[in-house]
Amino acid sequence: MSLTMDKPAPTNAEASALSVRGLSKCYGLIEVLRGVTLDILEGEVHAIIGENGAGKSTLMKLLSGHTAPTKGQLFMAGKGIRFADAAQAEAAGIVLVHQEILLAADLTVAQNLFLGRELTRRFMVDDRAMNRRTAEVLAQVGSTALPTDRVGDQPLAQRQLFQIARAFLDDRKVVILDEPTAMLANDEVESLLQIVRDLRDRGVAVLYISHKLEEVEALADRVTVLRDGDMIGTWPVRDLDQRQMAEQMVGRKLDMLYPPKRGRADADPILEVTELVVDYGAASGSLVVRPGEVLGIGGMIGAGRTEFFEGLTGLRPAEAHRIVLKGRTISSPNVKRMMEAGLVYLTEDRKGKGLLLNDRLGPNLTLQALDAVNPGLQLDRRREMHALDHAVEEYDIRARSLGMDVGNLSGGNQQKLLLAKVMMTDPSVVVIDEPTQGVDIGNKSQIYKFIDDFVRTGKACVVISSELPELVGLADRVLVMRSGRFVAELDGTDITEENIVYAAASSGRTKEGGA
Amino acid sequence: MSSIDVRTAPKGEGVSIPWGSLAPFIALAVIVILGATINSNFLSTNNLLNVITRSAFIAIIGVGATFVIATGGLDLSVGSMMAFVTGIMILTMNGLTPALGNWAILAGAGVAVVVGALCGLLNGLIITVGRIEPFIVTLGTMGIFRAFITFMSDGGSLPIDRSLREAYRPVHFGDFVGVPYPVLITLVVVLIGAFVLYRTKYGRRVTAVGSNADVARFSGVHVGRIRTMAFVIQGICVAVAAICYVPRLGAATPTTGQLWELQVITAVVIGGTLLRGGKARVWGTVAGALILEIIANVMVLTDMVSEYLVAAVQGSIIIIAMLAHRFTSAR
Repeated sequence: MSLTMDKPAPTNAEASALSVRGLSKCYGLIEVLRGVTLDILEGEVHAIIGENGAGKSTLMKLLSGHTAPTKGQLFMAGKGIRFADAAQAEAAGIVLVHQEILLAADLTVAQNLFLGRELTRRFMVDDRAMNRRTAEVLAQVGSTALPTDRVGDQPLAQRQLFQIARAFLDDRKVVILDEPTAMLANDEVESLLQIVRDLRDRGVAVLYISHKLEEVEALADRVTVLRDGDMIGTWPVRDLDQRQMAEQMVGRKLDMLYPPKRGRADADPILEVTELVVDYGAASGSLVVRPGEVLGIGGMIGAGRTEFFEGLTGLRPAEAHRIVLKGRTISSPNVKRMMEAGLVYLTEDRKGKGLLLNDRLGPNLTLQALDAVNPGLQLDRRREMHALDHAVEEYDIRARSLGMDVGNLSGGNQQKLLLAKVMMTDPSVVVIDEPTQGVDIGNKSQIYKFIDDFVRTGKACVVISSELPELVGLADRVLVMRSGRFVAELDGTDITEENIVYAAASSGRTKEGGA
Repeated sequence: MSSIDVRTAPKGEGVSIPWGSLAPFIALAVIVILGATINSNFLSTNNLLNVITRSAFIAIIGVGATFVIATGGLDLSVGSMMAFVTGIMILTMNGLTPALGNWAILAGAGVAVVVGALCGLLNGLIITVGRIEPFIVTLGTMGIFRAFITFMSDGGSLPIDRSLREAYRPVHFGDFVGVPYPVLITLVVVLIGAFVLYRTKYGRRVTAVGSNADVARFSGVHVGRIRTMAFVIQGICVAVAAICYVPRLGAATPTTGQLWELQVITAVVIGGTLLRGGKARVWGTVAGALILEIIANVMVLTDMVSEYLVAAVQGSIIIIAMLAHRFTSAR
């Protein structure tokens, strides 16, 4: 495919609402999107699918004028176009409906819809006209809210509809929906899909970003797959089933990044969780962890994995029928109690919840195990120093000086320090959420080695990861979570990227994760 | 494992001078030199001892405020609390004098410490259990404590029993080998404060909570308890200041400690403690308290600027200190 800029307009320009030719985007030296070429036709729902980090959101930002492409060209109605900002794209008839809810909670629905472009009459805000117009578009999207309702009082699903309604205020040629159903319950999803179909039938081109494959299958006319910034291809949806879509999304082979697997553990469980309910139902389930195994937790971002394990370790409100850790029964989890019993959680949010970026290595390392390092009330400088020397050695933490602020360490060294910090508490089971997020390849394989060494001493590790190769390469057993429930358990040769994606994205049979 | 990182340099090498934390002391030195050149009386022993003694109260309360601010909190009620504690203490002493004689002073001081701690505990619990902004809570208790002292003194003066004055007087006016007692007490409070902040697990947790409460919580630190304890420490410091302060005037009035909260916060902040928490500088707070008092003193000694403008100058200083901090740390 040609990457030249001012190529003649595509021939099927009449039917194409928006044509993309050789679109690329670099951030610094990193190319996050390479040579994407596709036509979005009038009156079609065009799905874009791909793993986290495949380049979906970058593509959306390029199409909606939020960022400018490094290379490539957009065409509308046969003419090359270039957007300086999102407002220009909107003026041209392209609107992006964000995944996150970007509304002012204290304003009314009408005030939000017209925010920044209020209708006026004789220099005064014309509330009556805006409320009338808002009522029309709310009816169009099937919302039951009134234009004068305060947005903050409305449920999340309604707010999602308001965002879509905002896109309806003007005539749109292209509507981009970014994971529109992420926040919605099942019946709300169905009505949203109907709204999208109505849009299509009115001749609007809909770009539908999702990683829920059954929605794509039910709704889309064509599907484009992105993987690692490359465009893999575009197919009519009737030519692919969900499994084939998953294979196209993954399509990678493993390398020697990972230590050899330990095989299935069959010793008595070191941790047994029965019917844990977190955040009053946001996530729930049961599981067992056996000594000597790495248990992988798969699922899409937002599936409730972090919530479940934060609840289990006492960081969120949670109730369990029963938690047995090393033979000790614990009724309600609490950070300190779980830590003393030997279960700790290493957060995915390294900078926000893991490390004190403005403090030095030493205080960071010993914060979690402060009582163990310092038996008395007073800080024991010698033992603190010794602990730091030991950790730097054992976890190969590379710092310019031991007195430097942790915020100045590289991502990989921060992650190794965080791992060392959590290990200071001498846990029996450690839950690591996204163990190699923002970590380069060298540090990655070191971290996998540390995990392997740890479980080989008869302890256990739970690894939550959105990187499929990581789960496949590291885990002896994988539980897949979807919408806050464990929906599948895989082990041995069944642990493949396709199986994980399939379980995470499709409405497979529900299975409680267990032994 | 290949890596482009360079292995750790030997410890202690390449330590740069921490100008940021030295700044308050440099400012203090500059102001002392300025004072000395403007007025020759400034450096007289009497004047210096007087200035240091007067700054003792702000310094003592400031040590407590350093804890509160380091956890990311704020206590606006310290001035009113100090007046309230003073009132309770005087009432206790006066009530117990017939039974205990001069021992009533000790009993009153003990009661003051307990009341101060309880006042701090009240602030801390409302903030942590009720999950309300420290600013709002202490704004409320500031009014409450102020009203209590006005009520107790019936809008006028609440004097200490005449028979106690002679025995109690030295706590403010006496000295030990030339060093006034309030200065000695300040020194003890600061030393204890510095020890707790820099050498104990509690102190480590104080700065962790102020630096990032989420990180602290995820590390198993009981954030609410650490914050509440900081307010209790603040209350005890207020009580100690009250004990030193009473003999100075011999009475509590509705204006006792008025606007002290502003001086205390100013002292803490120009001392280098971050208002958003996470960095505590106890000795800096002492320097801050001294800077405020010396400026007032120099203005009184010289006739260049009216002493009625002292608060304006002190107010300017906190703004200048913050601007200086912004421009030195922005790099």
